Amino acid sequence: MSHPSSGAANAHGSVKSYVTGLVLSLILTIIPFAVVMSGALSVLTTVIVVAVTAVLQILVQLVMFMHMNTKADEGWNLMSFVFTLTILVLVVGGSLWIMQHLHLNMMIG
Amino acid sequence: MATDTLHHGAVAEPHEHHDAAGTKVFGFWVYLMSDLVIFGSLFATYAVLMKGTAGGPTAADIFELPFVLVETFLLLVSSFTFGMGVLAMNANRINQVKAWLAVTFLLGAAFVGMEVYEFQHLIHQGYGPDRSAFLSSFFTLVGTHGLHVTFGLIWILVMLVQLSTKGLNDMTRPRILCLSLFWHFLDIVWICVFSFVYLMGVL
Repeated sequence: MSHPSSGAANAHGSVKSYVTGLVLSLILTIIPFAVVMSGALSVLTTVIVVAVTAVLQILVQLVMFMHMNTKADEGWNLMSFVFTLTILVLVVGGSLWIMQHLHLNMMIG
Repeated sequence: MATDTLHHGAVAEPHEHHDAAGTKVFGFWVYLMSDLVIFGSLFATYAVLMKGTAGGPTAADIFELPFVLVETFLLLVSSFTFGMGVLAMNANRINQVKAWLAVTFLLGAAFVGMEVYEFQHLIHQGYGPDRSAFLSSFFTLVGTHGLHVTFGLIWILVMLVQLSTKGLNDMTRPRILCLSLFWHFLDIVWICVFSFVYLMGVL
């Protein structure tokens, strides 16, 4: 079960890895909701906590649930994911950057 | 490799089929990456338009976090139950696979039900997608995710029928693996939705 192989590595995993993934995901869900709903921290700290727990939970699920690793398909699933992340940074970051400048320079809204 | 041969048991030429299945699952992974770009552009659109409330309600006015928390738990647990289904498939226990898929379907259906209720509630209050740029982008982003989950539910039903008629074979196994990737992927997109749309919206 634990031997990663060349082909459908997605077929692998164990009860332990899924339970670990579920418990970690639950913790990483409850923390940001608790922080926002209690309003105990400053807005900036809250934003950082929400963003960090989101990224951590995404990583947990990619590894524990989707079994993304460097070995399956000779690392091509990881490579395609990294490529997609690059596109996402360009699309999301670029849109925000451009529209922010447009907003400041045109003084609309 | 030894364990794979065991899992595929009686199937002739297990390696050939195994590689074909691996290619199918990898191809589906590439599709998911393109889907991720679609969601990325919808998130960018929402981020740009979220302040454009046109005198209508802001995010803080309409989002109810306890409701969203329940939706999150439903989708997260359904992702876990699908994982259990894949493990049951690896162990060749077809009845367990069907049972886990059925549980996943119920959790997913409850999620879609809650989302439809939320949308219907907002539209009833006059806060539909036509009210402001913020609400247009919100309905498009969350609605696209909900539509994906709905298609996932239809796919689960199709797999339950195919498992009953064809059983676990080289045709149905890669399909269940692809569906599991699709389902986990939707949970990951939902992490971004509840973090960046709902939680940061009420700040």
